[in-house]
Amino acid sequence: MTAGAIGGHVTTDHPESIFSPCLHDNCTCHVILIIIILRHSRERDYSEELESCSLEKIPVEFGDYHPLKTITVTESKTKKLGRKESTSSTSSSCSSNSVADPLSSVLDGTDPLSLFAATAETVAATTEVSRKKRDQEEYIGSDFEPWSSKRGEILARYTTTEKLSINLFMGSDRGKTTTPGSAVSEKVRTRLEELDDLEEGSQKELLNLTQQDYISRIEELNQSLKDAWASDQKVKALKIVIQCSKLLSDTSVIKFYPSKFVLITDILDTFGKLVYERILSMCMDNKTALPANFTPDNVNDTAKETCLNWFYKIASIRELVPRFYVEAAILKCNKYLSKTGISESLPRLTSMIKGIGDPLVSVYARAYLCRVGMEVAPHIKENLNQNFFDFLLTFKQIHSDTVQNQLAVQAVEIPIYLTLYSPAIDWMLRCIAYRAPDSLLTEMMERCKKLGNNALLLNSVMSAFRAEFIAARSMSFIGMIKECDEAGFPKHLLFRSLGLNLALADPPENDRLQILNEAWKVITKLKVPEDYINCAEVWVEYTCRHFTKREVNTILADVIKHMTPDRAFEEAYPQLQSVITKVIAHFHDFSVLFSVEKFLPFMDMFQKESVRVEVCKCIMEAFIKHQQEVTKDPVILNALLHVCKTMHDSVNALSLEDEKRTLAHLINGFIRLVSFGRDFEQQLSFYVEARALFCNLEPVLVQLIHSVNLLAMETKKVMKGNHSRKTASFVRACVAFCFITIPSLTSIFTRLNLYLHSGQVALANQCLSQADAFFRAAVSLVPEVPKTINIDGKMRSSEAFLLEFLSNLFSTLLVVPDHPEQGVLFLVRGLLNVIENYTWEDNSDDKVRIYTSVLHLLAALSQESYLYHIDKVDSNDNLYGGDTKFLAEINKLCDTLIGQILEHLKVLGKEKTLKRQSSLALLFFNTILAHGDLRNNKLNQLAVNLWNLAQKHGYADTKTMVKTLEYIKKRSKQSDSSHLGDLANRLPLQSRT
Amino acid sequence: MCAASHVTFFFLKRYRAGGGEDMGTVLDIKIKRANKVYKEGELLSGVVVVVSKDTVQHQGIFLTMEGSVSLQLSAKSVGVFEAFYNSVKPIQIISNTVEMVKPGKLPSGKTEIPFEFPLIVKSNKVLYETYHGVFVNIQYTLRCDMKRSLLAKDLTKNCEFIIHSQPQKGKQSPSPVDFTITPETLQNVKERASLPRFLIRGHLDSSNCVITQPLTGELMVETSEVAIKSIELQLVRVETCGCAEGYARDATEIQNIQIAEGDVCRGLPIPIYMVFPRLFTCPTLETTNFKIEFEVNIVVVLQDDHLITENFPLKLYRL
Repeated sequence: MTAGAIGGHVTTDHPESIFSPCLHDNCTCHVILIIIILRHSRERDYSEELESCSLEKIPVEFGDYHPLKTITVTESKTKKLGRKESTSSTSSSCSSNSVADPLSSVLDGTDPLSLFAATAETVAATTEVSRKKRDQEEYIGSDFEPWSSKRGEILARYTTTEKLSINLFMGSDRGKTTTPGSAVSEKVRTRLEELDDLEEGSQKELLNLTQQDYISRIEELNQSLKDAWASDQKVKALKIVIQCSKLLSDTSVIKFYPSKFVLITDILDTFGKLVYERILSMCMDNKTALPANFTPDNVNDTAKETCLNWFYKIASIRELVPRFYVEAAILKCNKYLSKTGISESLPRLTSMIKGIGDPLVSVYARAYLCRVGMEVAPHIKENLNQNFFDFLLTFKQIHSDTVQNQLAVQAVEIPIYLTLYSPAIDWMLRCIAYRAPDSLLTEMMERCKKLGNNALLLNSVMSAFRAEFIAARSMSFIGMIKECDEAGFPKHLLFRSLGLNLALADPPENDRLQILNEAWKVITKLKVPEDYINCAEVWVEYTCRHFTKREVNTILADVIKHMTPDRAFEEAYPQLQSVITKVIAHFHDFSVLFSVEKFLPFMDMFQKESVRVEVCKCIMEAFIKHQQEVTKDPVILNALLHVCKTMHDSVNALSLEDEKRTLAHLINGFIRLVSFGRDFEQQLSFYVEARALFCNLEPVLVQLIHSVNLLAMETKKVMKGNHSRKTASFVRACVAFCFITIPSLTSIFTRLNLYLHSGQVALANQCLSQADAFFRAAVSLVPEVPKTINIDGKMRSSEAFLLEFLSNLFSTLLVVPDHPEQGVLFLVRGLLNVIENYTWEDNSDDKVRIYTSVLHLLAALSQESYLYHIDKVDSNDNLYGGDTKFLAEINKLCDTLIGQILEHLKVLGKEKTLKRQSSLALLFFNTILAHGDLRNNKLNQLAVNLWNLAQKHGYADTKTMVKTLEYIKKRSKQSDSSHLGDLANRLPLQSRT
Repeated sequence: MCAASHVTFFFLKRYRAGGGEDMGTVLDIKIKRANKVYKEGELLSGVVVVVSKDTVQHQGIFLTMEGSVSLQLSAKSVGVFEAFYNSVKPIQIISNTVEMVKPGKLPSGKTEIPFEFPLIVKSNKVLYETYHGVFVNIQYTLRCDMKRSLLAKDLTKNCEFIIHSQPQKGKQSPSPVDFTITPETLQNVKERASLPRFLIRGHLDSSNCVITQPLTGELMVETSEVAIKSIELQLVRVETCGCAEGYARDATEIQNIQIAEGDVCRGLPIPIYMVFPRLFTCPTLETTNFKIEFEVNIVVVLQDDHLITENFPLKLYRL
C-alpha cells in the first residue's frame, strides 16, 4: 500500500489558514504564484467513490462466451475440426470469440483416437522427406552411446608418467630411391624430388616427451594435417596420416596405448572427413550438390578417378598397420566407386587384421574398424561379429611369450595389462549388442564361456550388453564370476560391472536377495579400501532400490567398518558422497532415513569440511524437494538442525556470496518446513534456537523474523482477534523477538522494511507501544540510508528505494494513533525532520515528491473518518474526533510543505531545468486537483498558476494536458463539482507549434 | 622403411606445366577422358586450350602424338660406360602430327581447339600398354607446339596419355599355387642345422593374374621356434633388353607390402592381398627386343633377422 493509494480528502468545515507569500520568479517568469492552503479540500465519500469506480456488473447469459464458463460439449461442430486444423495446434482458439473452447474441442464427438489416426495420414504424407533419416535411425539411433563419450573416458583413465617418443620419418623414402646403384629412371627421380621437397628429408624423433607434451604434439600434427590439406599439399597430408597411424604399431609405453589410440584415431577421422568432403566437392556439377543418398552413377569421372587414386595410393603403403588404418579411415569414400564397395571392403579389412601379431594392437584395430563400420554402414552387422570371433580365435595371443617378455621389460603387471583391453573389447561388444536379438547375445556369451570363462571377456560382456539382459541372468553371471579363470583380471571389477547393470535393470524378484548376499559376500572380503569402495558404491544403488532400511543399514555399517581403519575414507570422499546421494535418492521419507542407525555415523566419515558441507547440502536439497508436509518429528529436527548447523558453520569471511546464498536458501527451506501445529510456544522456541544457531546468515535471520511475524498473526487468527492475557503476552514475546533481531542485520533497507512490517504486525496485534517503537526505530534509521546501494554487483542510487519505502511507511502512519505523551503527529513530524535533513542528490526532485506524498497523507489524516482502520485500534480520527486544534496542526504542516514545494519550483526555474519544473508543477497540480477543495479561490488560483507553469516552456506533454482537462470537465458534471467547470475554463491549452 | 612406396606418387603432379605458358599466354591440353586411358582402335579426343589476355599472334599450332619404347642397358650387365653411351635407340610405336591452326591470330580470352586422333598403328606394330619401369619405359604423349615469330619464344605443352592393351585372347584359367616353407625347402642355406624350426603353409589363388584384380591367397604360420617379425609381399619386375647378340636381364623391386607384423598367431590364416600398381605394372610382355615379366616374393623376417624368401613367377594379363 503506498501513499498514493490514500484517497486524500479534506472536509470544508475547517477554518481557513491562509498563507500567501508571493513567489516571484524573477528570471524568466512573471507569473506570480499565489500560495495557498490545502485546507480547502473537496469533500469525498470513500464508499460512494469506490462504488462509482467499480465496473458495471452485467449478468452473463447462458451460452455466451466466457473464459471461466464451464465446458459445454456441443455436437454441432463435430466435423468442422478437419485434419489440418487439428494439427495446427489449438492454442489460438482460446482467444477467439467462437464457441470453440480448446478443451471442449477435444471432446466434441469425434473420439480422440480416430482423430489422431486421421491426422496420422496427413503427417505420413508430409514426412516423406524425413523417412530417409528414420531409415538411418533404424540401424543406429540416439540410444547408441557415441564414441565421443567413450573417448574422454579412455583419455582420463589410461595415463602414464613414463616418457614417450614420437618417431616421424617424413619423406624418408627418398633416401631409398636414390641409393647409388639403383637405376631409377630420371623421370621418376625428379618427380620424387618434387614431392620430397615438401618435407626435405625431415626425419624427426622426439624423445622423452611427457604425456602432456605427447598429446600436444599429436594435436599439432592434427593441425598441420588440416593446414597441409588446406594449402593443397595432399601428399604431405597423407604422409602425416601414415606416420601417425604408424605410431599405433608401437607399444613401447603400453599403459598409454588406449589413449594414444584415441588421439591418433582423431587424426584419422579428420583425414577421412577431409578426403570424403574433397571428393564430394568435386562431384558438384553445375553447382548442384549430390543428393544425400547418391549412387556411384551420380558421381562424375574426375571425382571417381581421384577417389580411385586415393585407394591405389593407400594400397601401396608398405606397412600393414598404417595401411589398415588409413584405408579404414577413408572407408566411406567407397560409396563414390561402387554400391558394394563398403560391404566388400569390411570383410577384407577384418581379415587383414589377422596379420597383426600384437594382440593389443590388433584388438584396437578391430575396435576402430567396428567404429568406422557402425558410422558408415550400420546395417552391416556380420562384420562386427566376425571381428569378435576373430578376436576370440587370437585370444590366446595375450598370454604368449612375446607379450610376457614385453611386459617384463616394461614392468607392467598382468592385471593392469588386461584392463588395457577393456575399452576396445567393450566397444566391439557394444557395437555387436546394439539392438541385437537376445539369441545373438546368448551365443556370444556361450562363445566367451568356451574360452574358459575368461574374466576379461566376462567384464566386457557385462559392460557392453544391455542391462536388462544381464540383470535377467544375474545369478548365472554370479556363478560365472565365481568360477571364472581370473587370469590376473581383478574380480572386484567384475562385481562392479554386474552392480552397474543391476543399478539400471531389475533382476527377477526371487533372486534379488540371493544376488545381494552372494555379491556382498565377495565384496566385503576385499582388502584394499579403494577396490572395496569402488565396488560397494555401485551396489548401494541396487540395495536401496530393492530392499528396506535394514539392509541399507547393514551395508552402511559394512562400509564404515571397511573405510574407518587408517582413515581410508579420506581417499574415498567422492565414492562415499555418491553412496550418500544414492541413499538419499531412494529414501524420501526422512523419518525413515534418520532411523537408519548408521546413517549419521556414516556422515561422520566426511571429515573434510568442504566435502561435509557438500553432503549436507545434498541432504537439505533432498529434504526440501521431497518433504511434502511440515514436520515436527524430533528425530528429523535434531538431525537436520545438526546438518544445517554444519553448513552454517562452514561460512567464514572467505565464503563467496553465492555460496552463502545457497546455504541460506537451504536452511530457510528447512525452517519453513518445521511446524509444531498449535503449539505456538514450541514453535517460537524453535525459532529462538534457530536464531542462535544460524546467526551468521542474514537471509536466515530475515526468514526467522518473517516466520515469527507470521506466528504472531497465526495466533491472532486462532484467537479470532481477541487476545487472551496469555496470547497477548505470547504475541508480545514474538514482537520482542523481532525487535531485538532486526538491529543485527546489516542491510539498511532490509532493516527498514522489517521494522515497518513488524510494526504493522505489532499494530495488528494491539501492541501499540511496541509498534510505536518499531516506527520510531524506522524513522531514526532513515538518516543512515546510504546514497548508493549495491544491486546485483552494480552501485545504484538508493533514492528510488527510499522513496518507495517512505510511501509505504506513510500509508501505515495514517492509522497509527498518536502517542499520548508525545505531540500531535509526532511520527510524521519526526519523519519530516529526517527528510528535511537528509542529503538528497543534487539534481533530483525526490524530496519534493515525498513532500507531495506527505500532502496526500495529511489530506487523508484530516478526514472525518479514515479510509481504513486496524481492527481494535483507534486511529487519530477516533482519538481527536475532528478536533480543530488537530486540524490546525495539519494545516500548518501543509502550509510549510507547500511553501517548500513552491520554493523548489522556483529554484528549478532559476536553474533552467525547465522540463523537471514542468513535470513537477503538473504533479503538484494533480495533487491539488485530487485532494484540494478548489472552491477556495486562492487554491483555485494556485492551481491555475501551476497549470500555466507546467505549460509555460513547452515541456508539457500535450496529450496529458488534454486528458487532464477532459477529466476536469467530466468531473465538473458531477453534483457538487460544478466549480470545476469554472476552473476548466480558466485553464488554457497551449497548442504546440 | 619407406612408408608409402615411391611408385604411387604419380597422380598428383604427373602433368606439370611443361613450359606451356608465357607472359599471360597459357597453352594446355585437355584429354576428354578423366583417367586418360585409351585402347587401340579408339579415338583419342580432347581440346587444346589457349588462354590469353591479348590476341595471340602465331605461326601455326601443331599437335603431335607419339608413342615409344625406351630401353636402357643396366650398368650391371654391360658396364658403366657402355650403359651411358650405348643406350639402345628408342623404338617408335606411333607418331602423328597435325597442324591444328594455320598461322594467324587467336582472339584474346579462352580459345578451345578440339582434336581427334584415331589410335591405329601400322600392321606390323602393336600399341603396347603404358609401362613405367627402370630399364624399359613405354610411354605415350601428346605435344602441342605453338610456333611464334622470332621475338617470342615458341610455346610447348606436353601431356601423357595412357594406353591399355587389348584384352588377351583366349581364356586364362586360374592356376593356384600351393606352397610349404620349411628349413628343408630352402635353397642357398649354408648351415642348415643352425636354422630355427618353422613350418609355413599357404597358397596363391592363381599365378595368372588379371592386372586389375589384386593378388590373393592365404598364408599360415603353423609353427615357428623363433618369433616372427614381419611377413611381406615383394612385387618384382624382371626386364630384359637386347636381342640375340646379347641381352641384359634385371630384376628390381616395384613395391613391398607387409601382410603381417609382429609375432602372428600360429595356425591362423593370414590373407595375402596385393593390388597391382597402375603404370608400374603391365600385362606380361615379350617382344623381340625386350621382355617385361613380374614375380612376387613372399618374405618372412624372423625376430633374429633371418630372412626367408619364396619366389613365385606371375603372369599378368588384361581382361
